[in-house]
Amino acid sequence: MAGAVTLSSMLDTFNVLLYAADPPEGEGPWWGVGIDISKCIGCGLCARACKVENQVPQEPFYYRTWVEQYTILKDGTTKVESPNGGIDGFDQSVEEKDIFKTFFVPKMCNHCAKSPCTQVCPVGATFESPDGVALVDDKYCIGCSYCVQACPYGCRYIHPEKKTADKCTLCYHRIKRGLDPACMEICPTGSRIYGDLNDKDSDLVRYLKENVTRILKPHLNTGAKLFYNALSQEVS
Amino acid sequence: MLSKVDGFIYPNEIELQWGILVVLYPYLTGLVAGAFILASLERVFKIKVLGPTYHLALITALAFLICAPLPLVAHLGKPGRFYEIMITPNGSSAMAIFGFVYLWYLMVVLLLEIWFDYRCDFVIWSREEKGVKRIIYKILTLGVSDISPKALKWDERLGYIITVIGIPSAFLLHGYVGFIFGSIKANPWWSTVLMPVIFLFSAMVSGIALVMVLYMIISYIRKVKIDMPCLDTIGKYLFYMLILDFSLESLDQVHRIYEAEESFDILKILVNGKLYITLFGMQITVGMLLPLIGLGAIQVFKIKAKIRKTIYLITGLMVLTGIFFMRWNVVIGGQLFSKSFHGFTNFKLGLIGSEGLFMTLLWILLPFCVLAFLLWLMPPWKKTLSD
Repeated sequence: MAGAVTLSSMLDTFNVLLYAADPPEGEGPWWGVGIDISKCIGCGLCARACKVENQVPQEPFYYRTWVEQYTILKDGTTKVESPNGGIDGFDQSVEEKDIFKTFFVPKMCNHCAKSPCTQVCPVGATFESPDGVALVDDKYCIGCSYCVQACPYGCRYIHPEKKTADKCTLCYHRIKRGLDPACMEICPTGSRIYGDLNDKDSDLVRYLKENVTRILKPHLNTGAKLFYNALSQEVS
Repeated sequence: MLSKVDGFIYPNEIELQWGILVVLYPYLTGLVAGAFILASLERVFKIKVLGPTYHLALITALAFLICAPLPLVAHLGKPGRFYEIMITPNGSSAMAIFGFVYLWYLMVVLLLEIWFDYRCDFVIWSREEKGVKRIIYKILTLGVSDISPKALKWDERLGYIITVIGIPSAFLLHGYVGFIFGSIKANPWWSTVLMPVIFLFSAMVSGIALVMVLYMIISYIRKVKIDMPCLDTIGKYLFYMLILDFSLESLDQVHRIYEAEESFDILKILVNGKLYITLFGMQITVGMLLPLIGLGAIQVFKIKAKIRKTIYLITGLMVLTGIFFMRWNVVIGGQLFSKSFHGFTNFKLGLIGSEGLFMTLLWILLPFCVLAFLLWLMPPWKKTLSD
């Protein structure tokens, strides 16, 4: 019996290696996000609302969400811009005659099911809520920046005053009260939606059924739960 | 700050998260691992010609290990919370293993081995010395004052066992540091399975070079003759390790070029642009090729002792510089390009501030000060009983 317990605890040590290979599954709501690129007009209200709602530092290096403008030129090159995260809107810097196509891509935390940031946090200050939202406990974070390095989507930063990691919480304080995240509530075209992936009748599941969606950097197998519709291959 | 950007980067990427203090951490731990491996060559693999540097290598490893985590802690956003990594580690984090690996290496391997090695001397010195030194030596004996042949044999036996355990531990220490970077799949510059192995071999190279240079400088200061067979043997091992390290790093680059994955274009611009001087100039030419030529010449040609010494000193310093830039290229280089693969940010080392040049020089100086103190306290050349 003692041997079995010892063996089990020894094997348990190796379970941590399986974090990304075999992520824990939760019961109940499992939040995800859908973004319809074809609806985004690049007004930047989402990024602005996020900064206000979550007291994100105003400097143009800290964003929980932002909007990128992609311009594919006729010569095949790609130009990407996001001045002040798109908060002030966009001016097209490429002459119209040279443009093949252009579109806006809102970015935010992918709330990955096998989130690399949660995996690497040395103290467990970054964690996944039971309903699938990647969160940071800023009273516990040591500010090592390992999570910032591990996020493939550039969605984290070190808060300049708190000196701890900061990121999108899917406005957890709002969704727990039945309210929409600030970026989604303010979006004039409804290009962002969120919902429970475990609820077959949710808006998000319906969106996934009706559209051909893609996640960013699927080869990294992060279990991203941010599903884009009409996403061009140039977007990374 | 926005002027630092070329092309497009994710907005949160403008500031580099890991600066020169994080460059120092793998550099210093590498020196520890390498110095220890050199010591174990004498102890475990019975390469007795390395005897004159055995204790120096061990004490060097200890001095650098004591200092290695300090820049890392200083770099934290919340340095006062550093102990959380020890008391509530997250098992799935490579960085969380830091506390365990560090303490294992410091407490179990290095301190114990050095204690068993020096216990007899502590007892003798506690009888011979006076004043504060006498009290310090008395404390260092930990109350075990038996220096009978039987007790000394036990010291020798236990020290040997610990050195044997220490070799895989040294591999673990630095392989693990490489894993911290190599396991970040978000960063193609870091994410290679070879990273722990490359770190390990570069650690051995740097540690051996450090002990070689220190041995020469200390001999000069003490005005004693350098043991040339010992120095030649260290030089030979440095040469072999350099070849292995060079081969591994070349394999990594050839593999990247041959596969030419999605990130290849941005990495190509990176190495031919922002990393050109530090990679091709400092890491490869100064840190690898020139030392290989210098040390290789000694293996092939009959060169006078005086010239050999000069070559060893210069190549040793070059290797130490090159490995520092290897760490620089990994840590800083890996943050210069955007994970969007559409652009670059920039890094300029400031002169002042906690991440500035002057502070960095102080962090580099610190282990040498600790080493000087340890050599004063436990001079290998005053050991009454040699192995």
